[in-house]
Amino acid sequence: MSLRRLSLGLFAALVAGTAVAQTAVRPAPLKSGIEFTGAEVRALQNDEFANPAMLWVLRGTALWTQPAGKDNRSCASCHGDATTGMKSVATHYPQIDKSSGSLINLEGRIQQCRERRQNASPLKYESEELLGLTAFVRMQSRGMPLAISIDGPARAYFERGRDFYYKRVGQMNLACAHCHQDNWGKKLGPEIISQGHGNPYPGYRLEWQTMGSLHRRFRSCLSGVRAEMLPQGAPEYLDLELYLAWRSGNLPVETPGVRR
Amino acid sequence: MIQKQSQRRGSFPQRAAITAAAWGIGLMAGAGVLAQTPQAYQVEQGEIRAALADAGDPVRGRAVVLSRESGNCFLCHAFPDADGAPPGNLGPEMSGVGARMNAGQLRLRVVDSARVNAQSIMPAYYRIEGLNRVAAAYRGKPLLSAQQVEDVVAYLAQLK
Ligand code: HEC
Ligand code: HEC
Repeated sequence: MSLRRLSLGLFAALVAGTAVAQTAVRPAPLKSGIEFTGAEVRALQNDEFANPAMLWVLRGTALWTQPAGKDNRSCASCHGDATTGMKSVATHYPQIDKSSGSLINLEGRIQQCRERRQNASPLKYESEELLGLTAFVRMQSRGMPLAISIDGPARAYFERGRDFYYKRVGQMNLACAHCHQDNWGKKLGPEIISQGHGNPYPGYRLEWQTMGSLHRRFRSCLSGVRAEMLPQGAPEYLDLELYLAWRSGNLPVETPGVRR
Repeated sequence: MIQKQSQRRGSFPQRAAITAAAWGIGLMAGAGVLAQTPQAYQVEQGEIRAALADAGDPVRGRAVVLSRESGNCFLCHAFPDADGAPPGNLGPEMSGVGARMNAGQLRLRVVDSARVNAQSIMPAYYRIEGLNRVAAAYRGKPLLSAQQVEDVVAYLAQLK
């Protein structure tokens, strides 16, 4: 075999490695990750008193009415009772932020209110406070179907998210789609691979022994394939979050979820 | 046998520990050990016939296959003599693979499965080109060293 044929073969392999179908498809039938966990995890998630994520929700509940910042205003000062004011809000996130014209997720919106409307110190992504507030606000949409828009200016973000989803990354050279679109229901070592929906987050993972954001989960999967991790809140993760939310169709919000 | 074991449910903490250990393969050892650029090799009719290193040792090969830090093969394949780690099933079972394939075919599979099936989800264990966004600790390094590839091939070849 000549060196030329060798390099041709290599070239073919490289092309094949990157040329993947980039059509946005939803898994069918749509199944929340909770369907892939055992009965014990389901019981934990559904029991308000046993659900470990409720600790963070309680923190969020307290923060909602706690005045902060120069203007000494709380979230409730503007939005009132969250059970009505925040009802179904999370089903529309991520969305285009009217003030900036760019994509924002629920964490981003909360951070924005905190800085602009409360004039308070910023909340760090993945901080206990932001996890708590986000979980509390998202919980006001618990059980309601996601209703994401990818029209207009959201389209470009959606397409970038989709491209990320289908791109092979890391030393193990796998895309999100290889596991969660093509092989859900199969096992990776001891773990059943779910369809990889974001609907339970922020959620409690027994594996982490704590609460985490969806972006933290992205980092886990990327570190698993030995790919670069980006910081929570990175624009690429927002794109991915939008794609995932679209891909989840009308699955219900499950926050605060529990997973293995 | 192995399959059954993996389906058995442990208690929570136990299962959580297994999970974290098996899929948390990110930042482990290995990086320093594997710091080497893959050498050139020839593919002839679906085989790499020439060994990439010294004769492989099946005992070492088995350890690589079952190790979380290096081969991690059990994440996707069930091996007949694996103990402990419950296997995944993204790839075919490995019992009898040494009867289905010769050493040259096995070597190509492990080195770069995309040369056999362009759509393969099996990582190329001895290739550094054509990868995206590889974590800094692993960049420019193949998953396995040439000697580890030989050890794995020797192990697979005796699964008859
Ligand atoms: C090699 C396989 C693999 C790849 C590649 C992968 N994941 Fe995962 N992912 C898993 C496993 C295993 C779990 C844990 C079990 C579960 O919840 O599905 C998981 C969990 C998730 C979850 C949590 C689902 C839930 O209900 O809690 C999300 C969301 C997710 N992945 C998204 C992604 C995204 C986005 C990518 C690409 C950036 C990705 N995954 C890449 C294997 C993978
Ligand atoms: C992320 C999944 C994954 C991992 C990890 C993986 N494989 Fe595979 N392997 C596959 C799949 C899927 C196939 C089926 C053929 C294909 O699609 O390429 C396969 C096929 C094979 C075959 C051919 C078997 C046959 O009967 O055709 C061999 C041999 C093999 N793998 C060995 C290994 C070894 C050794 C390792 C670790 C060093 C490993 N695999 C790691 C997914 C994987």
